[in-house]
Amino acid sequence: MEMSGEYRIPAPREEVWAALNDPEVLQKSIPGAESVNKIADDEFEAVAKAKVGPVSARFKGKVKLTDIDPPNGYTISGEGNGGAAGFAKGSARVTLTEAEGGTLLAYTVNAQVGGKLAQIGQRFIDSTASRMSQEFFDNFSQLTGGSRVEAAGAETPEIVDEMEHGIPTKSPDYDSISPTGVPLVPDEEAGMSLSPWVWAPLLIIALILLVWFIGF
Amino acid sequence: MSDAASGEGIGQPVRRKEDYRFITGNGHYTDDINRPRQTFAYFLRSPHAHARIKSIDTSAAEAAPGVVAVFTGKHVANDGIGGLICGWTVTSKDGTPMKVGPHPILALDTVRYVGDHVAMVVAETLADARAAAELIEVDYEALPATVSLSSCQDGKAPQVHAEAPRNTCFEWELGNKAETEAAFAKADRVVKLDLKNNRLIPNAMEPRAAIGEFDKGTGIYTLHTTSQNPHVARLVLSAFVGVAPEHKLRVIAPDVGGGFGSKIFIYAEETACVWAAAKVGRPIKWTADRSEAFLSDAHGRDHLSHAELALDKDGRFLGLRVKTIANLGAYLSTFSAAVPTYLYGTLLSGQYDLPAIHVEVDGVYTHTAPVDAYRGAGRPEATYLIERIVETAARETGIDPAEIRRRNYVKTFPHQTPVIMNYDAGDYAASLDAALDAIDYKGFPARKAEAARRGMLRGIGFSSYIEACGLAPSAAVGSLGAGVGLWESAEVRVNPTGNIEVLTGSHSHGQGHETTFAQLVASRLGVPLANVEIVHGDTDKVQFGMGTYGSRSGAVGMSAIAKALDKIEAKAKKIAAHLMEAAVEDIVFENGVFTVQGTDKSLAWAELSLAAYTAHGFPSADIEPGLKEGAFYDPTNFTFPAGCHICEVEIDPDTGIVKIAKFVAVDDFGTVINPMIVEGQVHGGIAQGIGQALLEHGVYDADSGQLVTGSYMDYCMPRADDLPSFTLGFTKTECPSNPLGMKGCGEAGAIASPPAVINAVTDALGIREIEMPATPARIWEAAQAATSRAAAE
Repeated sequence: MEMSGEYRIPAPREEVWAALNDPEVLQKSIPGAESVNKIADDEFEAVAKAKVGPVSARFKGKVKLTDIDPPNGYTISGEGNGGAAGFAKGSARVTLTEAEGGTLLAYTVNAQVGGKLAQIGQRFIDSTASRMSQEFFDNFSQLTGGSRVEAAGAETPEIVDEMEHGIPTKSPDYDSISPTGVPLVPDEEAGMSLSPWVWAPLLIIALILLVWFIGF
Repeated sequence: MSDAASGEGIGQPVRRKEDYRFITGNGHYTDDINRPRQTFAYFLRSPHAHARIKSIDTSAAEAAPGVVAVFTGKHVANDGIGGLICGWTVTSKDGTPMKVGPHPILALDTVRYVGDHVAMVVAETLADARAAAELIEVDYEALPATVSLSSCQDGKAPQVHAEAPRNTCFEWELGNKAETEAAFAKADRVVKLDLKNNRLIPNAMEPRAAIGEFDKGTGIYTLHTTSQNPHVARLVLSAFVGVAPEHKLRVIAPDVGGGFGSKIFIYAEETACVWAAAKVGRPIKWTADRSEAFLSDAHGRDHLSHAELALDKDGRFLGLRVKTIANLGAYLSTFSAAVPTYLYGTLLSGQYDLPAIHVEVDGVYTHTAPVDAYRGAGRPEATYLIERIVETAARETGIDPAEIRRRNYVKTFPHQTPVIMNYDAGDYAASLDAALDAIDYKGFPARKAEAARRGMLRGIGFSSYIEACGLAPSAAVGSLGAGVGLWESAEVRVNPTGNIEVLTGSHSHGQGHETTFAQLVASRLGVPLANVEIVHGDTDKVQFGMGTYGSRSGAVGMSAIAKALDKIEAKAKKIAAHLMEAAVEDIVFENGVFTVQGTDKSLAWAELSLAAYTAHGFPSADIEPGLKEGAFYDPTNFTFPAGCHICEVEIDPDTGIVKIAKFVAVDDFGTVINPMIVEGQVHGGIAQGIGQALLEHGVYDADSGQLVTGSYMDYCMPRADDLPSFTLGFTKTECPSNPLGMKGCGEAGAIASPPAVINAVTDALGIREIEMPATPARIWEAAQAATSRAAAE
């Protein structure tokens, strides 16, 4: 799954660009980051802790910048090794455009995982990736004085509606919320973490909120 | 006392002797065993389905707290230890042997499935070993993976092994192609069906475990392990892997909590533990956690098939042709080549008089866990194919599904099929009739109508299965490519006090041998069950044996015991004749008492046993002291358990939820030693078969090769509330090829039930095909499509 979002930052584009290349800002922005070191002009070394579903791991990895086009944007891609927990790969295309009162930052992220993360955490990947990318850009835009582009409106009633109409009690339609393409089984409730009947609606809510927030 | 009077002999539902220790927590499973100065192993596994290992840096792990040693593939290779083997060679139709890629115990330069073993950490505690494994730095170059069965041979898919172009291990065929083509040419109707047999992941209650040990003084290695066949493990580890000479290696398989085939095989972890024990000079224990079991136990099934059945105008079967692609996974496991060939193609005649059959099977490599025997092994795949296409033929011809089967049954025996097997005995109509009665087939239309009034779709499905068990005549399997013979051994030791130890080469891991084998002895020697001990699972105690799988322990293992008991009886009579000063011919042995015909002289079993060991006054030229006999029994044919399972389902079209309303199983297992244990075997088998049909599915991501059903969150095991109360029945034709007339019952339930369930589901929905597992989502979609089709018409 790809995720995308937009942030309005009340700072000139050059400043935002500089921050995007500042290891200190990146470290503060990457959720769970323990260290970010610049090892080359276009490469950082990072250590971050992450929890995907029931799997916790400390990822060590390299973050590389490609398609660098100052100050319009770059692609930030990383591959982290979580040891026995497996690996995570991901990339985000970040673009900066001048907008009224500052800069509009837009991103598109996709992520992949392997090993135990995929074995046990598979169902949690999309939600975790979406939460982490949101956290990253939230942190980043706050550090640079910006805020998320939000549409006004009361979201709570909307979610209640979705719950009532989107997930009827006898829903056979759970395939649509299965990230693996494997049908969820309604009585599956043992295992290492929450039952799909608990977290699957949560995932939907998260996605609705995400869509809501970024104003699609 | 007769068997019925004692309540302990053949045919009696004796409670299992072993259950007391199991249910009171006094069993001795491998993980319960702890050895002095024991260390713990943890295996670092590949997170990639396919990758080149550029480098492995273990220095940080070696320096970590508690670490005793870290081993990689280089250490294993440098020590001259070989890879794991497949014990059955399949020859392709062009005459070339199957193409085997090397299967190192620890990966050398390439990993080929998620879970492939990369390094072994040995440490003071499991936590230390795990933590240190996190410090191993493996530099992988990830490569694209081959996952899909339908495209793995297209020449573009990434290669799993350089040795096997187009990822094809073998292209095998069986049957008569020309006769089959001729049968199709004259057919009035041809029924075609495409089928998938879903990949299953075995889930024995006890995961695999091992403790490797090395005695520096004697040079003897000991491996405690969860094995269905400890002697075969010892043979492979010594003769092929080269861990230790056979006489310097002891393999013990203590209490084992279920196998279903997955514990037949010789795996990397167990091998590494026993090999490394000598390196570190301390015992090494490894117990798989459930996540490791999902990744690294050999999986089952996973076929893609196209089948065609030729019929004449009366619905008689003229010929069958089948093309199957069978997934072997990334490496050949111990018996994996035999499963989709000689355990599959040979059963494609089903219960039917099918004059012409031609089957082609391509065994292929993919970047997934190895696939090997799983409860039924090949025979469930054959039965699913036959019984699905026969049901489809019934629907297309409009002939009642019971009638089309009856019309085509083999009715005279022996019957030679076009695919090797020679059926020796059976009465297929008898089990069909008993099953029809038990399910009240005549009442089905009324039940369907009643269900319809409640808005439910009711369907009925048949499965007339046959399997070849009692593995197996050594000459027969040898001619088909087996590297071993499949006889069984037994030794009966009578102690001076008259109690008895029976050593068997088969292995009990849930089958109840300690009870059933003792019942045979109690029945033959007239001693109480409590006086008989069954000894198995230790290569130091039992001289040799082939283990337990393929429903062979009764038909082959007990036949060996029966043969040894014959020898015991013969010698005991000789001793009795000497003691009672009579001719051997005049000695009668009944209910544990020796008498001289026509006199009141008698000798109790215990008296005779003691006399055998005191040996006072034995004519030494004639009678040796002691009472101990051994036997090797090699069957002359496979056995052919068969029967009929009928399933009735009710489907809620709004939710796709399927409820099994009735399930009837009528089986012909020949002689039954303990009906309670046999019923338990059938129950368990049906539960696994229903699991395959409705719930279980091992899925790898089609692009990345990641196992996405790697835990019970995603892999759905059947539970009590998924299952109905089964109605069981038995018919009996004795197996003519073994002394007890037994056929075997261990796999029948898992073999017979999936097609019965799917035939019922497709009948209820009025559709031709649905893929296993028929989950509520798939059923709901099919029900919606059926409804909209009906609306359009």
